[in-house]
Amino acid sequence: MNRKDKRFALLLKLPLYLWTVLFVLAAMGYVIALSLQGRGELIGVSGQWTLDNYARLREPQYFQVLVNSLRLAALTTLFCALIGYPFGYLMARLKPASRSIVTMLLVVPFWTNSLIRIYGWRILLIGNGPINTLLMNLGWIQQPLKLLNTEGAVFLGMVYALVPFMILPSSTAVEKLDDSVVEAARDLGASPLHAFFTVTVPLTLSGLMAGCVLVFIPSTGLFFLNDLLGGSKTMLAGNLIQSLMKSRDLPMASALSVLMLAVTGAVIALYRRAGGDADGLGLF
Amino acid sequence: MSEQTPLLRLENLCKDYGQGMILHHLNLDIYPGEFLTLLGPSGCGKTTTLRMIAGLESVTEGRVWLEGRDITGLPPEKRPLNTVFQSYALFPHMNVFQNIAYGLKVRGIKKPEQKQRVEEALRLVRLSGYEKRMPAQLSGGQRQRVAIARAAVLRPKVLLLDEPLGALDLKLRQQMQTELKRMQQEMGITFLYITHDQEEALNMSTRIVILREGRVEQIGTPEEVYEHPQTLFAAGFIGQSNLLRGEVTAVHPENRFTLRVEDVELPVLSDRPFAVDDRAVLCLRPQRVRYGFQPQHQMELQGVIRQKYYSGGMQHTLIALSDRVTVKAVTQASEMDQFQIGDRVYVGWNQTHAPMVPDEKLDEKLDSEAAGEGQG
Repeated sequence: MNRKDKRFALLLKLPLYLWTVLFVLAAMGYVIALSLQGRGELIGVSGQWTLDNYARLREPQYFQVLVNSLRLAALTTLFCALIGYPFGYLMARLKPASRSIVTMLLVVPFWTNSLIRIYGWRILLIGNGPINTLLMNLGWIQQPLKLLNTEGAVFLGMVYALVPFMILPSSTAVEKLDDSVVEAARDLGASPLHAFFTVTVPLTLSGLMAGCVLVFIPSTGLFFLNDLLGGSKTMLAGNLIQSLMKSRDLPMASALSVLMLAVTGAVIALYRRAGGDADGLGLF
Repeated sequence: MSEQTPLLRLENLCKDYGQGMILHHLNLDIYPGEFLTLLGPSGCGKTTTLRMIAGLESVTEGRVWLEGRDITGLPPEKRPLNTVFQSYALFPHMNVFQNIAYGLKVRGIKKPEQKQRVEEALRLVRLSGYEKRMPAQLSGGQRQRVAIARAAVLRPKVLLLDEPLGALDLKLRQQMQTELKRMQQEMGITFLYITHDQEEALNMSTRIVILREGRVEQIGTPEEVYEHPQTLFAAGFIGQSNLLRGEVTAVHPENRFTLRVEDVELPVLSDRPFAVDDRAVLCLRPQRVRYGFQPQHQMELQGVIRQKYYSGGMQHTLIALSDRVTVKAVTQASEMDQFQIGDRVYVGWNQTHAPMVPDEKLDEKLDSEAAGEGQG
């Protein structure tokens, strides 16, 4: 490349750099700066630099929320893995035509706003909704079950919303797997199940790991799910940040955000350390 | 050999993927200690056959017998046969030791014996000391050896090898041919080998099965298929041949015939029942063609030397028997200095080494392959 080409290449890359600096680095710097401020009346911040906000994160009211959020995220990730990986495996084994139909069915719901889809669940789970009506008509229950506004409903919504992020990378990893390696295992005497656990799973772990990261990270932040399906009974980190914003405690909300950002970063670092590929997180 | 009981018997084996038959009623007996090669161009059904024997492919029709036991319906893990895959199919997440020990571990063999048998297998393939390497750290030839060790360590009744040398370069391939023969002798295991490389088949096999479009063309020892091809395809596919196409013009006593090729009449010896007007092809190996200034025994034809070239210590000579018929001769280079282009010579060959086969229409690709072999 001569100098002119180099300059042209830089020109092409410039918007990307600009975007990154402005909307990622600057925004993050702003949040971090906010988190290091005291609370102020007039403009929201006191103008004094302090670590108080981070110290206050240890208080039970905040700490419990963090624990709840991470526990729910971990549980969601586990369940998504238990459902999504086998689903992805079976999907990869389908004929190409059937596979593209299943992929479509997985992706099409994303074209609908997620709020609307979650409202759909509300209707399904509500006291006189279809599920309760069906169970009562079948005579299995006498009283409508309380399905909505429970932790279970939040969990269900989380798994529902995030399981495609487990299925797709798992399926891609299984698709990429060289069949002859599994055949070799069978040829050497392994039963189908043994070959699956000693060869298929270890060789598609990258897809499973990518899926776990893709599910875990958003699951710490889906606060509206908790609002709509859980009736905000248990507070999650997302809800807490939102309510702190409402009460104009920007520094505290920022500190909590920074902490969640750190957790997310740690998860990705862990994934990379375990040999995970950054490209594996690109879904499609 | 026929008095022995076969180790592996393929009975009327057929394969149909739903788009026509890939393999047509293959019958084959394989005896203990054989190095049997399935030879044929791509798409002839040889890999499918191997996979059906291994249990990796379902059988449409027919039976697979191992030592008199019907194993047609057994899954691959229940068959005492092991495969060396074309792509090697080593487990990339396991080191060399773990790869080779995989089958032993599945069988519940104790650690000390595992270790001892893996070491033994590595010695056999001359890779001792490579236990800790990962497959990605090995060269193609080394991966090949690990794949063989991994299959051989289980002491299968038959070792199935699917074009194991296909991915290696020429020099390594030739070296591995010798190595494979040595390994087979040391292990005393029956080999069922698959290749499209006729030279490989001739070098290593005790018997060769020539397959074409899912049908057997010929079964025989390397010598038999080389010296006495039964079909035009076999003659064209194996080695180089002058393929002289014509028609039978006369039938004489004692299996003698006259074949007219264009404007030349050739004497032919054949134990096949040809009749006058039959279309036939004389398969003449260039090494069998003899020529000289003086007429000697079996040199009753005359020709003119048209072209000479030297290749790999051998003298290649094209001799025109007429304006339209040319045969190629290959001789030791040193003997040839006396002949010049344009010289008139007497030409002939030992007729027992020039078999005649019925002419047939080979499809275009195979035809050009056969023709290419004949001239190249």
